[in-house]
Amino acid sequence: MDTTFSAEDLQFQKEVKDFIASNYPQSLRDSVNTKRQKGEELVREDFTAWHKILGKKDGWSAPGWPKKFGGAEFTPTQKYIFEQECAKADCQYIIPFGINMCGPVIYTFGNDEQKAQHLPGIVSGETFWCQGYSEPGAGSDLASLKTTAVREGNHYIVNGQKTWTTLAQFADWIFCLVRTNPEAAKPQQGISFLLIDMKTPGITVRPICLMDGQNEVNETWFDNVKVPVENRIGEENMGWTYAKFLLAHERSGIAGVARSKKAIERIKQIAASEMSYGEPLIQDPVFKRKIADVELELSALEYTELRTLAKDSAGKGPGPESSLLKIKGTDMQQRVTELAMEAVGYYANPHMGTTLSNEFVGPSYSTNLSGTYFNFRKASIYGGSNEIQRNIIAKMVLGL
Amino acid sequence: MNFDFTEEQTLLENMVTSFVRDDYNWETREAIVKTEEGWKPENWTKFAELGLLGVPFSEDQGGLGGTATDSMVVMEQFGKGLVVEPFLPSILLAGNLISKLGSKDQTDSIIPSIISGESRYVFAYAEPQSRFDLFDVKTSAVKEGDGYVLNGFKSVVFGASMATHIIIAARTSGEQRSKDGITLFISDIKSAGINLQTYPTIDEYRASEVVIENLKVSSDMILGEIDKSYDVIEEVIDLATIAACSEAVGILQVLKDTTTDYCKQRKQFGQPIGKNQAIQHRLVDMMIEYEQSKSILYAAVTADLNNPNERRKVVSGAKARIGQAIKFVGENAIQLHGGMGMVDEYMISHYFKRGTMLGILFGNVDFHMKRYVDCTQQNIEAFESGPGKASGF
Repeated sequence: MDTTFSAEDLQFQKEVKDFIASNYPQSLRDSVNTKRQKGEELVREDFTAWHKILGKKDGWSAPGWPKKFGGAEFTPTQKYIFEQECAKADCQYIIPFGINMCGPVIYTFGNDEQKAQHLPGIVSGETFWCQGYSEPGAGSDLASLKTTAVREGNHYIVNGQKTWTTLAQFADWIFCLVRTNPEAAKPQQGISFLLIDMKTPGITVRPICLMDGQNEVNETWFDNVKVPVENRIGEENMGWTYAKFLLAHERSGIAGVARSKKAIERIKQIAASEMSYGEPLIQDPVFKRKIADVELELSALEYTELRTLAKDSAGKGPGPESSLLKIKGTDMQQRVTELAMEAVGYYANPHMGTTLSNEFVGPSYSTNLSGTYFNFRKASIYGGSNEIQRNIIAKMVLGL
Repeated sequence: MNFDFTEEQTLLENMVTSFVRDDYNWETREAIVKTEEGWKPENWTKFAELGLLGVPFSEDQGGLGGTATDSMVVMEQFGKGLVVEPFLPSILLAGNLISKLGSKDQTDSIIPSIISGESRYVFAYAEPQSRFDLFDVKTSAVKEGDGYVLNGFKSVVFGASMATHIIIAARTSGEQRSKDGITLFISDIKSAGINLQTYPTIDEYRASEVVIENLKVSSDMILGEIDKSYDVIEEVIDLATIAACSEAVGILQVLKDTTTDYCKQRKQFGQPIGKNQAIQHRLVDMMIEYEQSKSILYAAVTADLNNPNERRKVVSGAKARIGQAIKFVGENAIQLHGGMGMVDEYMISHYFKRGTMLGILFGNVDFHMKRYVDCTQQNIEAFESGPGKASGF
């Protein structure tokens, strides 16, 4: 057992640090900070600018991908270091739909044409992807999805509705689970995995306003949408296999420990600025204790994640244990958003960035902290709710 | 012993329940919160007609002689409807201050206009540095000629944009955090010297930052004794805290009931999700949290609220405990609704947001837990034989 970084790892850490310092655009930092303070929504360029810069640096935008598909092929330790440094420098996170989700599906199950067509745009950040999984009647029970794809010559005709499509308003492409065989013996057996160009006629994206007032997710409707058969990944009716592969990948990246640790640093700064009982809040033993609770849990989770990664690098792939990372990681994300909201007392109330908000109020760090707390309730719901993750562990790990 | 409401209280409850049901359905409320003003003045007129605006005032003052239980009855129903009109800040908070501190002249002239709905007062107490300490007051009032000149800043004053008058807590003597030296001043809210920055809150109410610059207030607009208002401020905020708890209990009931219904209807894997034991146990725990909240609230309203230490104990106890319930019930209400729980268009998220903000109002769980400990766990005697007792060794 050895958890120290090797000389090569330390060299790599320095390289990442230096690269961020000299390449992370100040204009992006300013743009994101300004929007955060005003409570405004980010635009496509805010999400893609850093991705594009990393895409030009030896595939750093795709840390886990094999080099032959344009990725960086980092070792687990390098992935960890990279994520740490990006979080420490408060770099904009990379949208996961291309890099963490459909990219690995394409290079694992796609054909050569599909790889050539899609992988470069995912790595470079030119192509913006979204995910067409959930439907109004198919959430936790994803396999009950009803969107149909009926074969007509060289095309599928797709009809139905996807929901919770995150950032579909910016997307060029969507990867979709569709039902190609309604008569299959089990619902899982009649599903195919399609890549669909969002510009295809018949697709309508309707915004869903979430409880923080922001339009992060959408309903995506398909009305007789013609999709070429060559846009299907793998075999017809085998989509569930690819979907499960993707979900396991999604879960392994979902813990966000480094980001939560960064958030704790920020909360400490806020608590040093806020007053409580006539002293800085950071002196309050009860608040300090709460921060310590989260820090300890994150330290443990960090090592749980490293242990999982080490296993992963031994060629075993992310297993059902990754559900643990999802449960605990999202729990921690929610705890830090709650602590941040709590730190600012009454200034959790103002809602900036609405059509009814005029002048900016409260300390600038307080903007939208309650909105973020409310928004992050999503984390224990998406990517397979935490109840479903517990079912997976109970069944697959504990054998119950 | 009984937990029954009096006949009058039952009538009051029925009246408010009917108002919420008939005049405050979800669509109506949604339309109200989306207006620039964020409330519906006609509803205020209706409250006046129903006699609700007299709830906290004594019968001598023309009110209903309201007890904490009466306020609870109203606020619990308002909570179920997420009523945004400023009943809590204006009637139960500012109104009660005037009722308790006003001179005969003041109560005679002001209270009838409040009960008739003609004027609305709000109370500006919090400041950016004060957090939940009511005695932490920097806003200053300096004597000048016959009156005073006020300067300072008040934070997050609910309902100020809907008010005709404002009561400002200002320091007339003493250090920033001294309980002595706080005086209350009444001013027309449109006075030169008061500048409101009004904004919507995350739960769609309206609050304002109040900038006070060389505000001139004449001596007859001082409410209560100079330098000596702190004790009454604390008492009135305590009573308003019970009202906030009551609103929260109404909200908890809606969160629990709506989520239970949803889990009976929402089907996944071929059956209602409520058939899963993991979900059932969660719903049961939510129900228990609701019942415990209601109980601690009843314990507070039936306590001897005229005894200051008893009052502090039961109010902080209720606020802390109900704050814990809001977190558990609210977060689980969203979780069990899944994505639907996240959506602005659906009512459940609004109850969660309002409940969460009520958890902060007048002090969060940590603040009230500390205050509860401070007034209950002093002078405890150690066992004779323990190492904590010097004589034992």
